[in-house]
Amino acid sequence: MSANADEKQLVKHTTCYMCACRCGIRVTLNEEGKVRYIQGNPDHPLNKGVICAKGSSGIMKQYSPARLTRPLKRKEGAPRGDGQFEPISWEEAFDILEKRLAHLRATDPKKFALFTGRDQMQALTGLFARQFGTPNYAAHGGFCSVNMAAGMIYTIGGSFWEFGGPDLERARVFMMFGTAEDHHSNPLKTAISEFKRRGGRFISVNPVRTGYSAIADEWVPIRPGTDGAFIMAMMKVLIDEGLFDRDFLVEYTNAAQLVREDDGKIARDDNGGPLWWDEASEGVVPFKTEGAQPALEGAYRLSDGSVARPAFELLRERLAECTPQWAEEITGIPAADIVRLARELGETALHQAFELPIAWTDSWGRRHETVTGRPVAFHAMRGLAAHSNGFQTIRAFSLLLTLLGTIDRPGGFRHKAPYPRPIPPGPQIMTKPEDVQPNTPLNGAPLGSPASPDDLFVDENGEPLRIDKAFSWEHPLSLHGLMHNVITNAWRGDPYKIDTLLIFMANMAWNSTMNTAEVRKMLNDRDENGEYKIPFLVVCDAFQSEMVAFADLVLPDTTYLERHDCISLLDRPISEYEGPVDSVRIPVVEPMGECKPFQEVLVELASRLKLPAFTREDGSRKFKDYPDFVVNFETAPGSGIGFLAGWRGKDGSKAIRGEPNPKQWEMYEKNGCFFAYHMPKEHHYMRNWNRGYLEWAHEMGFIAKSDPIVIHLYSEILQDFRLAAQGKRPGKQPPERLRKRIETYFDPLPFFYRPIEVQLSDTEKYPLAAVTQRPMAMYHSWDSQNAWLRQIHTYNYLYMSPELGRKHGFEDGDWVWVESMHGKVRVQCRFSQAVEPGTVWTWNAIGKNAGAWNLTPEANESTQGFLLNHLISEELPAHEFGEHISNSDPVTGQAGWYDVRVRVYPAKPDEEKRTWPRFKADKPVPGEPRRPDVVAYFAGKRR
Amino acid sequence: MTQLALVIDLNVCVGCHACVTSCKEWNTSGSAGPMPDDRPYDHDPSGVFFNRVQTFEVGEFPHAETIHFPKSCLHCEDPPCVPVCPTGASYKREEDGIVLVDYDKCIGCKYCSWACPYGAREFDEHGKVMKKCTLCVDRIYDDSLPESERLPACVMACPAKARIFGDVHDPDSEASRMIRENHGYQLMPEWGTQPANHYLPRHIRGGQTETS
Repeated sequence: MSANADEKQLVKHTTCYMCACRCGIRVTLNEEGKVRYIQGNPDHPLNKGVICAKGSSGIMKQYSPARLTRPLKRKEGAPRGDGQFEPISWEEAFDILEKRLAHLRATDPKKFALFTGRDQMQALTGLFARQFGTPNYAAHGGFCSVNMAAGMIYTIGGSFWEFGGPDLERARVFMMFGTAEDHHSNPLKTAISEFKRRGGRFISVNPVRTGYSAIADEWVPIRPGTDGAFIMAMMKVLIDEGLFDRDFLVEYTNAAQLVREDDGKIARDDNGGPLWWDEASEGVVPFKTEGAQPALEGAYRLSDGSVARPAFELLRERLAECTPQWAEEITGIPAADIVRLARELGETALHQAFELPIAWTDSWGRRHETVTGRPVAFHAMRGLAAHSNGFQTIRAFSLLLTLLGTIDRPGGFRHKAPYPRPIPPGPQIMTKPEDVQPNTPLNGAPLGSPASPDDLFVDENGEPLRIDKAFSWEHPLSLHGLMHNVITNAWRGDPYKIDTLLIFMANMAWNSTMNTAEVRKMLNDRDENGEYKIPFLVVCDAFQSEMVAFADLVLPDTTYLERHDCISLLDRPISEYEGPVDSVRIPVVEPMGECKPFQEVLVELASRLKLPAFTREDGSRKFKDYPDFVVNFETAPGSGIGFLAGWRGKDGSKAIRGEPNPKQWEMYEKNGCFFAYHMPKEHHYMRNWNRGYLEWAHEMGFIAKSDPIVIHLYSEILQDFRLAAQGKRPGKQPPERLRKRIETYFDPLPFFYRPIEVQLSDTEKYPLAAVTQRPMAMYHSWDSQNAWLRQIHTYNYLYMSPELGRKHGFEDGDWVWVESMHGKVRVQCRFSQAVEPGTVWTWNAIGKNAGAWNLTPEANESTQGFLLNHLISEELPAHEFGEHISNSDPVTGQAGWYDVRVRVYPAKPDEEKRTWPRFKADKPVPGEPRRPDVVAYFAGKRR
Repeated sequence: MTQLALVIDLNVCVGCHACVTSCKEWNTSGSAGPMPDDRPYDHDPSGVFFNRVQTFEVGEFPHAETIHFPKSCLHCEDPPCVPVCPTGASYKREEDGIVLVDYDKCIGCKYCSWACPYGAREFDEHGKVMKKCTLCVDRIYDDSLPESERLPACVMACPAKARIFGDVHDPDSEASRMIRENHGYQLMPEWGTQPANHYLPRHIRGGQTETS
């Protein structure tokens, strides 16, 4: 039987975008060009042929009735937020933008703010912002998992997901902390399955048992926001019982380096090199002195008379009070379990170690005949990250991996190119008001990683210069910005007013914002002159999200099947442990209506505004379109580094670095739309200190220098911020009100503290933690418009322990109120045994505003579905450090989504059995496809 | 005699629903399609799916387990849906044991769905015919596909590799081996239907203390 062979079908390759995982896909089109089938590309290194529920439902996204298909302008005189639009031409849209932005660029470029969601093209959006000259740019990282990135990058020089992961092929024990399913998706599912089948033991630490945790051999139901205590107690057990990799600590970390007691700085010799205390010679020797016996413990007097102690000793001292009993009180995990789990990790790492016969040479010139494997792997993401204590928790987590000696070793954590990178990795950001000038590119990158207080972007009073207050003393290491505060700050005019806010692919009027109801008011709020407080709002999206209604100008983006894209090494690539990998999207169908890829919009605008990188010396435009830009753009003239690493050089014969190749897109297409570089075996491990690898990575432009990347068990960088706060360091100083905050949270050693929102909550009144989980069949708010996926999650419940419900007098399925100090939501409850009893939870972003996404106003998403966002504030209550401090990690500005405390109580019998709060229904906009009453999708010839 | 079937490993299934929508995507435009969706953008949307994942909990906190349980037609060796069919539309193939519905003969009486103890049949209200899993019979013998892809769509998609397709009568097949080695079981054997599809149970690996 061959039902399909007789059709004239066309098969094309591209890259999925139904979530952030970015699997390779193969798309079969029927003879009319309709999508017949989307399957995983079996040759693709990431997903190897598999595909998830979302990826398999791409057809329903492509033909969704929620698609925006025409540029739209808010009708003259119509109030913002009413969804009254008139269609305009692209020419008019570009004209409006060009005039407005050219004026801002010539007068005050920071009045233009560009913030994007999970856009997968930050290399381009970042370049645009920098060339425009505005510091007010970021993507969604600040409200996603920047703690994970920053905590690990500032400790081990790498991080999870795109830049590193667990080596489940060789691990025997795998411990996973809260991880959203797309971080990452299919490869992790496959790896966990194969790991289990090989006999590995999977331990999941999570307040909720869903998703990956469902198949864990052991579930550790931790209280939200307490992971730091759990990890610190395990570290204490490991150290007390000698279950740590002493040699690894000495050789590859700063554990044995001496820290001065007087200023908390690492003791250095005249050349600036760190020092060890050599027990053999009873004196100081330079770090890595051959034959020395460096001390990990004790206190020693230096030649200048001051006292110094090894960093490890300070860590041990820090852990002294972190007993399993202490952690049990905080986490709810029995002390005996903490001890048992710590021993299991330590004993597996030490006693089941193995050697791989791979010879390599370290940065100090020593040759090693083998690589040591330690078969204990971890994975973690948002569960640790989305708390205001996440940075220090992740510092602790990184040190747990370090104690076990599992960094870039077989069976443990492994890096992915372009990581590891120096600590911190850079780039240099702008640091002073003068770095922002009219008609001039920004002097520095809009996002980077400060190495010291002097890298902060603050004015002479130490006050913020970015609209989101990133890189200020409020959140110094806010590597990904603070998108969650942009609207509130812009509305308040704090630190200043802006003119135009361009939001790409982020639903900031609904599920992507905290404090949703108030933020919706801010978007519409006017000043005393009747002018909108945020004067001009541009929204670029492919779909009619809740944000669209608030736009003054709507730009219809394409779907992933209609566009060119790069999954670039300059952004967040899809590298494998064994080498860099990048990939592309190439259109497989024509854009619907007048949809235009956002990249084309940016290239067009950049050309019209004559941004230098997009303009020839004679003033003419440099790039015809986005594909042309991708081929020909180089990070610096002649650098040979561009957006794509594959098939560079004039004839495509060079990898990673080489001249532009005019046939690069064709070569990607021929290879199934990805490029995978395979490194030699001797570069597969120990890359922080692997000379061959580091020299190659430097040559490829991944790192600015090839020095070894020594693990920061003790963070001198954090200590520098603390010294500034204590007034003991020259250079930039925090404002007085923030000194104590910086001094407290910039501890050079990890510590556990209650999340800040919890510290400021009445936990007698609001005793419960409330968190969200991301369902595997939905990507954020994106898939309620998807006829197939919305049948899997049509609405959401608030899940909780049955005892909790009964204590408050309600039963499974009842309508209840869930209330925080900031607001309340009426929801339906569902009793569950698979949740820590002090926690309630729900699926993220299933609730929708009535009428949004071209659903009917009676769709379950808006009548029974709900958001927890109404309970969560974007700002902390006024407290000692200020009135409008972001509800975020004080180090990184990571949004504290999971810190809210709530109570639950039954709805009254006469109350409506519907979700509350409710808002005015959104209406379809001009150009949206008709919403059918029945879908009976069939692409092909009917028999 | 060949009996094709699916072996579903509950020990690795994370409940991602890839099998659910990849099935729908393949089959709605395939020989068993279309698979209509009513009220697709309205309240209580309801569509035809040949494969669904049910999720339930077992045990009490803190020893509770969350089980994701994918279910489709089990292609019984003695399928109760076949003898009840008044027109012969519901039939079991001699050559490979797949249970199919001939839409041209089906009069939509629904006897088969009442007879099926597993609730595995799906009625198409628009075509007025009964539909169900075909084990992607329009893929597995399609010699225009590479041999490695002559598999049911759900098996190709499954990221956890929790679905094994093969001949459960052939003791050397991977499917038979997995059943043998992992305590594979049939669903509700007391009904005597002898489902060809098998499930592999959860098994917990070490470590858990009795202290808590």
